[in-house]
Amino acid sequence: MTSDTTEKHRNFDKQRDLPDEVRVENAMAGFIAEFGPRAQSWMNACVRCGLCAEACHFYLATGEEKYTPIHKIKPFEDAYALTHGPFSWLHGLLGRKPKLTIEELEEWEELIYDSCNMCGRCTLACPMGIDIASLVKDARRGMYAAGLLPDRLARIVRNAEKQHSPFGSPEDFRKTIKEIEKEYGIPLPLDKPKADVLMTITPEALENRHFGVASMARVLHHLGYDWTFCSDAFEATNFGYLSGNMELQGALTVRLIDKAREIGASMLIVPECGHAWGATRWEAAKWYGAPVDDIKIRHIVEVLADAVEDGKLECRPVGESATFHDPCQQIRRGGLEEKPRILMRALGMELREMDPHGLDAFCCGGGGGVLANERAGPLRLKAFELKKRAVEETGADHFVTSCNICEMTLGRDIEATGFGKQIESLIDLIGANMITDQPPLKAPGSGAKPKGVGKRAAGAKKAGKGRSAARRKPAAKK
Amino acid sequence: MTLLELLEGPLWIASASIFVAFAAFRLIVILFTGRREAEARPAGSPFLGALRTILGHFLPWRRLLGNGKAWFVTIAGYSFHIGLFVLLLFAAPHVEFIREKIVNLPWDPIPRWGFILSAQFAFAGLITLWLRRFVDPVVRLISRPDDHVAAGLTFIVMLTGCMALGEQSAFLRGLHLGLVELWLIYFPFSSLMHTFTWPFSRGFTGAMAGRRGTRA
Repeated sequence: MTSDTTEKHRNFDKQRDLPDEVRVENAMAGFIAEFGPRAQSWMNACVRCGLCAEACHFYLATGEEKYTPIHKIKPFEDAYALTHGPFSWLHGLLGRKPKLTIEELEEWEELIYDSCNMCGRCTLACPMGIDIASLVKDARRGMYAAGLLPDRLARIVRNAEKQHSPFGSPEDFRKTIKEIEKEYGIPLPLDKPKADVLMTITPEALENRHFGVASMARVLHHLGYDWTFCSDAFEATNFGYLSGNMELQGALTVRLIDKAREIGASMLIVPECGHAWGATRWEAAKWYGAPVDDIKIRHIVEVLADAVEDGKLECRPVGESATFHDPCQQIRRGGLEEKPRILMRALGMELREMDPHGLDAFCCGGGGGVLANERAGPLRLKAFELKKRAVEETGADHFVTSCNICEMTLGRDIEATGFGKQIESLIDLIGANMITDQPPLKAPGSGAKPKGVGKRAAGAKKAGKGRSAARRKPAAKK
Repeated sequence: MTLLELLEGPLWIASASIFVAFAAFRLIVILFTGRREAEARPAGSPFLGALRTILGHFLPWRRLLGNGKAWFVTIAGYSFHIGLFVLLLFAAPHVEFIREKIVNLPWDPIPRWGFILSAQFAFAGLITLWLRRFVDPVVRLISRPDDHVAAGLTFIVMLTGCMALGEQSAFLRGLHLGLVELWLIYFPFSSLMHTFTWPFSRGFTGAMAGRRGTRA
């Protein structure tokens, strides 16, 4: 066992060499570090009715009561009352000490990291309106401070701290952007000293979805934006937010916004990522102590939907039925519910909504860092059954989403289960079907398939289903 | 001074004072301490969001309309709370006591049949919700000792209140009043405080959602 990895065959991971009592202290201090009236109201309102369980896909898929959302923060909740609650002074006078132990924290690591996507569905079911997802985020901050998080997530966080991004360094980014330019024959503005729009990206897009990057760039060119990528501020995914490393969350957000200010941008575009949207659009203000009013922080889906509504973006009709997976951080917790539906309509797709959908939709199961956590794989697959059933019931030709993490999660789950569908990117569909004067994307060299688009699940191949509209109908000139 | 006089005089004042002071203290700590973070530029109205969540969560979430547990909790919850508040504010001995000790209530007490009906609703709700804490695996897991103490104490207060309804026994009146005083002292330190915290919990969540242009 080293100082930053855990020994094998334990149901929890442990990082850093810290005495147990320090881990427990750090955990509690981390948990309450950002408590204010909002969190304290939630902590003082639960009546233990258990209805939050009825909303949680992990509970619904397994029937195991330990996945009840409010139970996931139990150790912290008990200790909060004794050490930081309104009557902690009284407990102190009576000699009542916090019961939080290292064993409890180790046991709860699975519940806090593996079985919660912070999707917020339980909030809708709670009669008291407690936002348990926010409290789990607070619990993760405590767990991170205690050095108790899944090893793989810890490694990704370290990469983000040391190399700029889990994808790699700014130099790796520059090389990859040049490769994509060459591969698809599209200019990708990079490190312009001045630009009106700073475009950001996810590691997944850089690693596996080059076609998606090219498509997105083509749409931005079509819309006539003066935009650029910046090699020292490209990473949108916020692994600080996901892991509970608040210093990193702040640093990653501030890096993007400061860069946008440096290049004189009036807009910062968040790519197809859910938690990036939450961290940047909804939580940036806390790092500056004031709302970020000088730069519009917009999601790519929002930018494209508004362009469609303004008549600046038109698409050739795909003309088939589709169902849309609602990424929880964009829709339920992000306020973009209608935007992807505008894009689906622009594609001429017959939208067959899943039951449930929109604000009520089930999460993909991989958000909130769960996908990055190998240990959670089997549990995630159980939760996928709910989504699979909902998709099947629509009978739609296409299964579309607008979040890279959802796409990656559902893609892996589809592959693992042999489900006869393929998950498609809404942005790729727009990029491939928009009516434009922009030159078409060059077919990638050496016979390679466009990355990330047109990949089919094994089951889909056998069934002959799931043709990708993005690949089948390459973009044409007007 | 007899025990009943003690219970109706100094002990009543002491327990009511503890209730008011510590409940207010708890609310002040909740609402006025800790960090206040800067919020993002709103996409919607935080006020309307708060209002929508405060009112909307009086009913089960639309996805749970076909869920038996949700209806059980909702019906039993309303049965208990409405029954209890009717007893508390409209039962003849309570109206008389409140008029004498606190404020001159402007309404007439309910008739005896109204008391009995309200008590039946309140008992049915409380007992079924409490039993559920033992039989439903989810609720059994998440219930704290405090939840059982709060339910038990409320049950005994209600039971002795029914026993003392005829006002024929000073002992029963004293027993009920003593338990009410114990309940008042326990209240601010327990989950019974949800009586006051629910609008804040719902309101903060709703405001957050409203700001983001979504609903909670």
